[in-house]
Amino acid sequence: MSAITRDEVAHLARLSRLALADDELDHYATQLDDIIAAVARVAEVATDDIPPSSHALPLTNVYRPDEARRSLTPQQALAAAPAVEDDRFRVPRILGEEA
Amino acid sequence: MTTTHTVMPYDEALERFEPVLGLETHVEMGTTTKMFCGCSTTFGAPPNTHVCPVCLALPGSLPVANDKAIESTIRIGLALNCTIAEWCRFARKNYFYPDMPKNYQISQYDEPLCTNGYLDVEVGGKTVRIEIERVHLEEDTGKSTHVGGATGRIHGADYSIVDYNRAGIPLVEIVTKPIPGTDRLAPEVAKAYVTELRELLRTLGVSDVRMEEGSLRCDVNVSLMPRGSSEWGTRTETKNVNSLRSVERAVRGEIERQAAILADGGRIVQETRHFHEDTGATTSGRSKEEAQDYRYFPEPDLLPIAPSPEWVAELKSELPELPTARRRRLQAEWGVSDLDMAAMHNADAIDLVEATVAAGVPAADARKWWMGELARRANESGTPLADLAITPEQIARVVELVSSGALNDKLARQVLEGVLAGEGSPDEVVEKRGLRIVSDEGELSSIIDQVLASNADAADKVRSGKIAAVGALVGGVMKASRGKADAGRARELILEKLGVSE
Repeated sequence: MSAITRDEVAHLARLSRLALADDELDHYATQLDDIIAAVARVAEVATDDIPPSSHALPLTNVYRPDEARRSLTPQQALAAAPAVEDDRFRVPRILGEEA
Repeated sequence: MTTTHTVMPYDEALERFEPVLGLETHVEMGTTTKMFCGCSTTFGAPPNTHVCPVCLALPGSLPVANDKAIESTIRIGLALNCTIAEWCRFARKNYFYPDMPKNYQISQYDEPLCTNGYLDVEVGGKTVRIEIERVHLEEDTGKSTHVGGATGRIHGADYSIVDYNRAGIPLVEIVTKPIPGTDRLAPEVAKAYVTELRELLRTLGVSDVRMEEGSLRCDVNVSLMPRGSSEWGTRTETKNVNSLRSVERAVRGEIERQAAILADGGRIVQETRHFHEDTGATTSGRSKEEAQDYRYFPEPDLLPIAPSPEWVAELKSELPELPTARRRRLQAEWGVSDLDMAAMHNADAIDLVEATVAAGVPAADARKWWMGELARRANESGTPLADLAITPEQIARVVELVSSGALNDKLARQVLEGVLAGEGSPDEVVEKRGLRIVSDEGELSSIIDQVLASNADAADKVRSGKIAAVGALVGGVMKASRGKADAGRARELILEKLGVSE
């Protein structure tokens, strides 16, 4: 039984705004299945005394003081933007007309 | 746009249905810097001047949590009687929308920092306990402006422009458990909760809680069930509710709208609705049924938060006196009834009365002036009480002039009027308007003689022992002196002149 279905891959592609053709869905479903199976092998060595972790370092409470630092200028911030208007990032239409 | 104009009148809706509420409040923390970088949080800066590689999600940048924001969130949790997690993490909330340059928002998911608390609010003289589900920390989003199209709204816009100054400002989300049983008081309970929460947050000093600037925002969940049913109905979530009055209106409006649909045999769609401040109406937003799949997962760029019990205990012991406790203390100190205290609370007069008492005025007098003459004038001009152009010290001076006999209440009201009109200090107004009580015995005496002469009938009655008739004569003296006579002294002099003693 596969770890990820073709439908799930299609769903993830839609969430990521990736337009995948039918043959690509087949292709990535197989690849992702292999990747998940490889990562799942970690579970084979995990035992009850090893809590699940989301981080490689055994650290907690790493904070910074609430002190202001210099920000970028708008020119620097917008330098790599594909489109700019009124010192703001211009982005394509977000939603179409309401149904 | 789907706008439903059919509503059922509120009273009828409440005869047939019972509402269940839920409130989600977002509060921008008043920290100096953003949640995960050192950019300023100051409101109203030119666009994209408070941005850096971290809050713009430039490659290679890494977030580090702001210690003050963590501390503030724990203090909010403690003030709301929550349990503080001993270990919890941030989570990524993934979505495809340009208000966050990362394409995800750092939030908390199944490990909120604070859980299971409550806030007691008072509505109609009774205490309602609002259970708190969770308090968690996240980051605010950027501000989008939608360009083109007919309405300036996102729907139909040609494109949008984004300012990321607000992106990354620490945002605390406070979520209630469902609130059943409020019945017809539902709109008031919702408003009282947000009011009390705002006051609590202000007392903690964690946010400037300005609803009009968006530093405190409220989403209102409402569902209806038929009376006698135990199964809750489908809820809607109304966003964009940006004033206390709007919280009340949004709940009421949603009850009226849903009742009409349900009574008509329709069903409520689980959806987000947008509140419009101008009309008080809500319109449909995106349907929750096609809501995003946020694919939350623990944020790998940040380390777990593990507040030590010692630190939490220290923060708890350092909490300031909270609004409810303060009101209870002041009520006892001032010796006023529950009803009077509630009236002062509703009029936002408690701070003012407290400051006036601190300026040396007896509590009863301070309350009398703020809740009487000054409340009336604030109401007339439609200004909040606190915005009236008069200070507690000036009121203290007026009260002093009354108690020393230099003014009576009527003249004191004129002095207040003069101060409010910008004519200067109470003493200056007294001087300019010539408002001192006529205490010159000679002048008072001659006024009395005139009044006795023109009211011979009343004078005779008093002479014959009907002392009650003296009231009309004192009234005559007050009228003749245009309110400037000392009524008590006038009475004494009249009785003396008529050879009567009490």
